Amino acid sequence: MVPFILLVLIVGSVLFHLYTPWYSTPIASNWSSIDSTIELTFAMTGAVYVLVLGFMTYCVIKFKNTKSRKADYEPESKKAEVILTVLTTIGVAGLLAPGLIVWDDYVSPPEEAMPIEAMGQQWYWNFRLPGEDGILGTTDARNISADNPFGMNENDPNGKDDILIEGDTLHLEHDKPVKFLLRSIDVLHNFYVPQFRAKMDLVPGMVTFYWIRPTVTGNYEILCAELCGVGHHAMRGEVQVDDANNYQEWLNDQLTFEAIQEQAMLEKKEKLAFNKSN
Amino acid sequence: MSESIIPESELEEVELYHAKSWWTEKVFSQDAKLIAIQYGLTAFAIGFVALVLSWFMRIQIAFPEMAIISEGTYYQFITMHGMIMVVYLLTALFLGAFGNYLIPLMVGARDMVFPYLNMVSYWTYLVAVLVLFVSFFTPGGPTGAGWTLYPPQAILGGTPGQETGIVLMLVSLCIFIVGFTMGGLNYVITVLQARTRGMTLMRMPLTVWGIFTATVLALFAFPALFVSAVMMLFDKLLMTSFFMPALVEFGENLSYGGGSPILFQHLFWFFGHPEVYIVALPAFGIVSDLISIHARKNIFGFRMMVWAIVGIGALSFIVWAHHMYVSGMNPYFGFFFATTTLIIAVPTALKVYNWILTLWKGNIHLTIPMLFCLGFIVTFLNGGLTGLFLGNVIVDVPLSDTYFVVAHFHMVMGIAPVLVILGAIYHWYPLITGKMLHDGMGRFHFWITFIGSYLIYFPMHYLGFIGVPRRYYEMGQTEALYTSSAADLNVFITVAALAVGFAQLVFIFNVFWSVKNGEVAEKNPWKSTSLEWQTPEQPPIHGNFGKELPVVYRWAYDYSVPGAEDDFIPQDVPNEKVKLAEGYTELGVEKT
Repeated sequence: MVPFILLVLIVGSVLFHLYTPWYSTPIASNWSSIDSTIELTFAMTGAVYVLVLGFMTYCVIKFKNTKSRKADYEPESKKAEVILTVLTTIGVAGLLAPGLIVWDDYVSPPEEAMPIEAMGQQWYWNFRLPGEDGILGTTDARNISADNPFGMNENDPNGKDDILIEGDTLHLEHDKPVKFLLRSIDVLHNFYVPQFRAKMDLVPGMVTFYWIRPTVTGNYEILCAELCGVGHHAMRGEVQVDDANNYQEWLNDQLTFEAIQEQAMLEKKEKLAFNKSN
Repeated sequence: MSESIIPESELEEVELYHAKSWWTEKVFSQDAKLIAIQYGLTAFAIGFVALVLSWFMRIQIAFPEMAIISEGTYYQFITMHGMIMVVYLLTALFLGAFGNYLIPLMVGARDMVFPYLNMVSYWTYLVAVLVLFVSFFTPGGPTGAGWTLYPPQAILGGTPGQETGIVLMLVSLCIFIVGFTMGGLNYVITVLQARTRGMTLMRMPLTVWGIFTATVLALFAFPALFVSAVMMLFDKLLMTSFFMPALVEFGENLSYGGGSPILFQHLFWFFGHPEVYIVALPAFGIVSDLISIHARKNIFGFRMMVWAIVGIGALSFIVWAHHMYVSGMNPYFGFFFATTTLIIAVPTALKVYNWILTLWKGNIHLTIPMLFCLGFIVTFLNGGLTGLFLGNVIVDVPLSDTYFVVAHFHMVMGIAPVLVILGAIYHWYPLITGKMLHDGMGRFHFWITFIGSYLIYFPMHYLGFIGVPRRYYEMGQTEALYTSSAADLNVFITVAALAVGFAQLVFIFNVFWSVKNGEVAEKNPWKSTSLEWQTPEQPPIHGNFGKELPVVYRWAYDYSVPGAEDDFIPQDVPNEKVKLAEGYTELGVEKT
């Protein structure tokens, strides 16, 4: 019965993998190379799994205790050990090398990638686009206040035209590479869109990054992937990948830091005037 | 099997401390064997709490609409479940329980070298457990920071248990480490100093090698956890900023500034990764011995097995940042840590090959310990292979922080070592109690535990492929990934988890029931060669061996030696006393 159950387990695992309804979501970014490394790893580890367990099952059938059986006495076999070491090393190197090549790509954003800041806080997402100058203004967590939720440095001219999106959907332009600059103002978070296959932690006190090129238009959910307190599971956001026209249309509707400041100033003045007249 | 010259003993034996009252004999005992049982029972008691927590978590995940527990409670439960299982159960059980029971007996010593310190070690551990347990009943409850306790979150208001839970957790860990250090020094020095005559290092059973190396690892690794716990306590209580940068908590600017959350992660995983091997190496050692004994064959490639244990132990200190590929650390670390991590796969794979090559041409008795060994090989191989996904930095990117990780580490450092622990209990129970565990209950326990665990964790990997993140109280409406069939899969996993949980109740019953009602064990029931079974009394009494300490003439793996009448030759039997089989005039020589 034991070998039979082991066989069912091996065959069942392989069949489960082949016919599983639960597998990666359709990819929507340039990282199909990540999917390929996964497939390669699956093929190699799967083969090892079946071979090793198959051999174990064979041993359990063939060398099961009987009255007359006596085990062999063979303390070691240098030859077998050397062959197995070499084969395993080759297999491991075969997984590692392509993996490192893709990783090199992952940590080297192309020059033309547009910087976009994703800022996490308990428990929602804000975004900042660099505006016409293509440069994000500097920030500091100590500048954060009700009037300045992004902690913008008001003296930095690069920040004036930054586009601020507070707690709303981020739009990306189809096929244009993006370098996400990740910043948190409170605890660790992680900017994760399963369809993009990419993720990275947001760490307060520093800026982290990764890059993607969205390849399929559509709407995707952002899931926070680093435990960030009781609201962790509810810290969702949305990314919308648009074609060029729709993207431009959306972009035109967004307010810059300067415009938001002016608006706030105006409101303040009105309030002041209102208070005086009372 | 070769015999060498046995050195004369150079020192007189020192008389052991003998208990003078009931209290010092039965409670504040200095006998490593009783301390081992105290460690074991305490670890199982707190481990059972962690098991029950997991039932609530699984019910919440499968039936979120029931909301059996609140968000805060859910995060508290995952935290306590993880920390208890890793530190307070597995570490304490392998080193405190198995280490204490087996090291002196297996190396031929009368006790640990520092019996008093050994006793203090256990009582310190008990205090650590109680401090942790008390946090369930404090205002705000235990911490819900996740077992990794990452700051800043761990000490800020958005995390449950921020009031006292986190403080008690950190204090408890510090106490645990103090207690462990006392025990750990004992285990290491006993192995180095108190082996009996003839017990060379290369004649020690792999069980001792595994526990010994794991203890050395722990003595180096736990201090990193100790300092990070102390620093975090300072950040929490004295408003220092070791790990805390300038930040804003719900709109309020806090006075922290200049600290590094990533520094904590490096310290934590500098401990945390060796910790995986602190659990794995004793399991490797024990399973090697169990396979050899129950297959009646010497362990294949013994020297390679020893070097693999030592090599894995050393390498385990330079792979820690593979837990941090997406932490925001310098991305170029990825190249280094992926390489070291995949290198460690080679000695690990060799161990798996050698276990199976031990079965090859063996005489396999499908006893309960052997069944658990087979279960271990399946789950460890599975978990080891998924480690090749997560260790290879780029493959980790999509899978990190998803259920793939949960499935991987439960398979490799949850189920696999637990199967070894259970197999080891079935194996050594007759030595400890003089009774056999009930066979029928044991087989029922094995099959439900093994098959059930496989059904929990094998499909769980695929939830990770979809992209379901771990540590989510509920998935909510996320049609693109969390389809209704994925929700059904979670129900299935929960049912399997509850079944496995039930099987553990049967096991606990068996353990207590058999003390009284079990069949009386014959002497050395598994016909094992190692010294713990060669004591004059079974169970061994204080002092372990009779008037004379045993003298060791051979390694621990003389099974089915050609020419010998029996299929095993105990380590303390010299060649000239071995009963030869019919037709043989000498051991190891062809029939004449």
